Amino acid sequence: MPETAETSHLIVRNLLTAAWLLPLAAFIAQVYAVECWSNRLSRASGLLGCAAIGGSLVLSLLAVAFFPSGSGSAHTADDGSNHAAVDAEHEAHPSATPAALAGRYYTLARFGDSRLELGWYVDSLTLVLFVVIGLIASCVHVFSLGYLDDERTEDYRDEHAHAGDEQPVSRAGRFHLFFAYLSLFCFSMFGLVLAGNLLQVFAFWELVGFCSYLLIGFYRERPSAVRAANKAILVNRVGDFGFLIGLAVLWTSVGTLQFATEVDSKGVTASGLFEQVRGDGQLELSDDSKSVVLQRHLEAGDEPAPTRPTIAYTLFVLAGLGIVAGSIGKSAQFPLQTWLPDAMEGPTPVSALVHSATMVAAGVYLVARCYPLLAPEVLLVVAYVGAATLFIGATIALTATELKQVLAFSTISQLGYMMLALGVGGWGAGVFHLSTHAFFKSLLFLSAGSVILACHHEQRLDRLGGLRHRLPWTAAAMLIGTLAVTGVGIPNPWAPGYSLALSGFHSKDMVLASALAFVRLNPLHSLLYLVPLAGAGITAVYMFRLWLKVFVGRPADQHVFEHAKESPPVVLIPLAVLAFFSVFSAVGGESSWLYRGLVTSEPAFVAASSTSSAIWPITHPGHEEIHAAHGAAGLMVWLVAMAGAGIAIWIFGYQPFSADELRATFPRLRQFLLDRWRFDALYDLAVVQPVLRISRQAIAIDRTVIDPLLHGASRLLVQLAGWGRRIDELLVDGAVVGIGAWTWRSGERLRRLQSGQLRQYVLWLGLSVVVLFGVVTWMRPG
Amino acid sequence: MDGVGLEAYLIVGAILFGCGFACLLVKRNAIAILMGVELLLNGANLNFLAFARFTSLGLDGQVIGLFVIVLAAAEAAVALAIALNFYNNHLSIDVDSAKELKD
Repeated sequence: MPETAETSHLIVRNLLTAAWLLPLAAFIAQVYAVECWSNRLSRASGLLGCAAIGGSLVLSLLAVAFFPSGSGSAHTADDGSNHAAVDAEHEAHPSATPAALAGRYYTLARFGDSRLELGWYVDSLTLVLFVVIGLIASCVHVFSLGYLDDERTEDYRDEHAHAGDEQPVSRAGRFHLFFAYLSLFCFSMFGLVLAGNLLQVFAFWELVGFCSYLLIGFYRERPSAVRAANKAILVNRVGDFGFLIGLAVLWTSVGTLQFATEVDSKGVTASGLFEQVRGDGQLELSDDSKSVVLQRHLEAGDEPAPTRPTIAYTLFVLAGLGIVAGSIGKSAQFPLQTWLPDAMEGPTPVSALVHSATMVAAGVYLVARCYPLLAPEVLLVVAYVGAATLFIGATIALTATELKQVLAFSTISQLGYMMLALGVGGWGAGVFHLSTHAFFKSLLFLSAGSVILACHHEQRLDRLGGLRHRLPWTAAAMLIGTLAVTGVGIPNPWAPGYSLALSGFHSKDMVLASALAFVRLNPLHSLLYLVPLAGAGITAVYMFRLWLKVFVGRPADQHVFEHAKESPPVVLIPLAVLAFFSVFSAVGGESSWLYRGLVTSEPAFVAASSTSSAIWPITHPGHEEIHAAHGAAGLMVWLVAMAGAGIAIWIFGYQPFSADELRATFPRLRQFLLDRWRFDALYDLAVVQPVLRISRQAIAIDRTVIDPLLHGASRLLVQLAGWGRRIDELLVDGAVVGIGAWTWRSGERLRRLQSGQLRQYVLWLGLSVVVLFGVVTWMRPG
Repeated sequence: MDGVGLEAYLIVGAILFGCGFACLLVKRNAIAILMGVELLLNGANLNFLAFARFTSLGLDGQVIGLFVIVLAAAEAAVALAIALNFYNNHLSIDVDSAKELKD
C-alpha cells in the first residue's frame, strides 16, 4: 500500500517538524515577553514555555503512533532464529538503514554532485529521543515554575554573588529569560535529533552548546558561574574541532554528509553516507586492505565504473575519530570530562535537563547515529574511553561533597557506560541505557533541586541529614532514582526481564552483557568487562552514600533541618511523573517495548557477529552472543551492585566509623579523588597557564611594540591634519571669507547712495532721464 | 485756428512738466510734492491730447487722457492716505524726515 506509506511519511514529517519548531516560536515570544505584553512578576512566559513543550510532546507521541512500524522491524532483538532471514532480506534490498524515513526541507547549496541540505531523518531512535526529550523537558518546565518562582520580582537578591562591598548583588528577576533559554534549548535539541545530515547535526550541536553556555551562566553575577560557562564552551571547542575535521574528511572523501539515500523528483538517486560506506552491511575493503570501497547507487542503465570510488582506511578511521572526538566533548568523556561538574553552577532544572538527560546524551546519540561510519578500531577507542570515563567518574563521585556534584559525576560515569556499550557492539544496549538514564537521572536531579529548594540552597552533604522526616516525597523520589541508577533489585531468574527491579537494572544488564560478550570474543580486552563491573559496585556505594547522607542519620545542621519544608505540588508532580517512567520504562528488559522499538533502527550489520582485521583484529558480538552472555553478566552485576549497596548501608547507615575516622583512612587517595584525579590541575598546568603566559606576553608585546607604533602613527596623523587645517584656513576659508568681505564692503559703499532724501532721488531720476535722452538722441541712426 | 499749432501745445506741456519736476525737487511738504506730481501728469496728458488733435492718433489719445485723469485721482487718494499715515507717525509731513529705510 504505497499511498498509505506515503501519507504516514508526510504525517510523521509534519508532526515532528511542528514539534521541533513549537519551542522556537515560544522562544521568540518569551524573549520579547517583558517588553511587549507582560512584566517581571508575570508567570506568562513560563506557562507559555510549558504549553509549547507540552505541545511538542503530544506531537511526538502522535508521530510515534503514525510511524510505519512494519517496514523494517522484521529483526527483533531477542529472536536469534530470525537473523538469517533478516540478513537474506538485506542482501535482497541493499539498504543498511531499516525503518528510517528521510527527506529534505530544501537545498542550501549545490556544488556539482554534492549538496548541502536542510533535511530530516527519522527512525525509532529519533522518535524515542523526541518523546524522551519532550517528556523530560515538560517535567523540567513545570518544575522550574516552582523552582524559579523567586525570580519573579523586580529586585532579586543573589546571596552567592557579591558586589564590591560584600553586599549581595541586587538585580531584576530573569524568570522570562530562563524559560526563553529553555525553549531555545528544546528547539536546538529537537533539531539535533531530527537533522538529516551531519552538517545540520553540527549546527544544532553548536546551538545546544550555546544554550548550555547561557544556562550555566544564568547567574551571571557569580564569578564561578561565568567561569564554569566559559570552561564548558571552551572544553567543548576541543571536541568540536575534531568533529569538524571528521566532517571535512567525510565531505572530501565521500562527497556527501547526507545520512540517507535520497531519490529526488527527477528520479536521480543520491547515495547517503550509510549506503556508501556500509552498502549491504559490512565494510568492503579493497584487495590490499588499505581502503574502503564506497558503494554508490547506479542507475538502471549505467555500467559499473571500472574503478570504484574508495576512501583510504586511515582517513576513514580519522573521520570516525573526529566524530567521536565531538562526542567526547559533548558527553563529557575522558579526557574532556572536566567541564560537566562545573556546569552544575546553573540552576538545578538546567542540570536535570541539559547536563544529565539530553544535551550530554547528544554525544552518545551522535555515536549511535553515525555507527555505520565508525571503523572497528574507532569503536574500540570509544569502548576504552567509555571504560576510563565510567571508572574516573564513579571514583570521584565517592568523595564528592556536594549533592549536585555527586550527581554530576554519576552522569559522567553513566555516559561512560553508554559509550562503552556502543564501543563493544551493543548498539541497542547503549541507546537503551541512554533512554532509561535520561529518566532516572533527571529524576535524581529534580529531587536534588527539591532538596536544595527546601534547604534554601544548602547542598553540602555534611550540612544535610535526616531530611526524610521533613521531605518524605522527595526522599521517596530520590530513592527510586537511586535504586534505578544502581541497578539494585530482586532478579527473577526465570524471566530476567520481569524482575522486581527498576529501569537502570535492565539497561545496565544489557550494557554488561554486551561487554561480557565482547570480552569472550576478545580476551585481550578483558578490562572492558571488569571496569564496568567494578563501576557498578562503586555506583551503588556512592549513590547510597548520597541518599543516606541526605535523608537518613542525624541532621548535621539544626537550622537547615528545622527550616526545611516539603516542596509545593508544582515541584513534586514532575518528580512523580519521572519516577513512574524510571520504574516502568524498561519493564521486560530485552523484550520491553522501549528496547524493541529502539532496536528497529539498529544498523543492520550489528545484528550478527563480525570480525574485522584491518589494523587490529577485533570481533564484535552479534545479538546471539550478547543474548547468551546476558544471564552471567546480569548475575554478576547484580551481585556487585548489591555488595556495593550493602557496604554503603553498613558504612553510612549504621555508621560504625566516625566521619573523621573515615577521612583519615586513605588520606592521599581521598585527596586525589577530591582533586578529581587532578585533571583540572593538569589542564591548568598544561593548557591554562601556558595560554595565560602567552597572553601576558602578548599583552607586553602590545604595550611595548604595537601601542607605540600606533601612537606614533596617530601622532603623525595629527601633525598631517594640522597642516591640512592650516591649508584649509588659508586657502579655502580665505577665498570664501574674502568673497564675503568684498561683498560686504561693496554693500557698505553702495548704501551711501541711499541717502533717504526723497528729493535727491528725484534729482537723480531727472538727471538720469536727461542723460539717457541725450545718449539716445546722440546714438540714433541718421 | 491758425497760429496755434502742435508746437505751442507741446511747449505748454513741457513748461507744465518742468514746473512739476521743479516742485518735486524743491518742496519738502508732501502735499506740495503731490501737487507737483499732478502737474507732471497733466503736462504729459496735454501732450496726448495735442497729439490726438494734430496727428493720426485720434480718439486713442483722448481715451488715454481720460485714463490718466482716473489714474491721477486714484494716485491722489493713495498718496493722501500715505501722507495721513506719515503724519500720524511723525507729526509732520516733511519728506526729509522719512529716513527709516536708510538706517
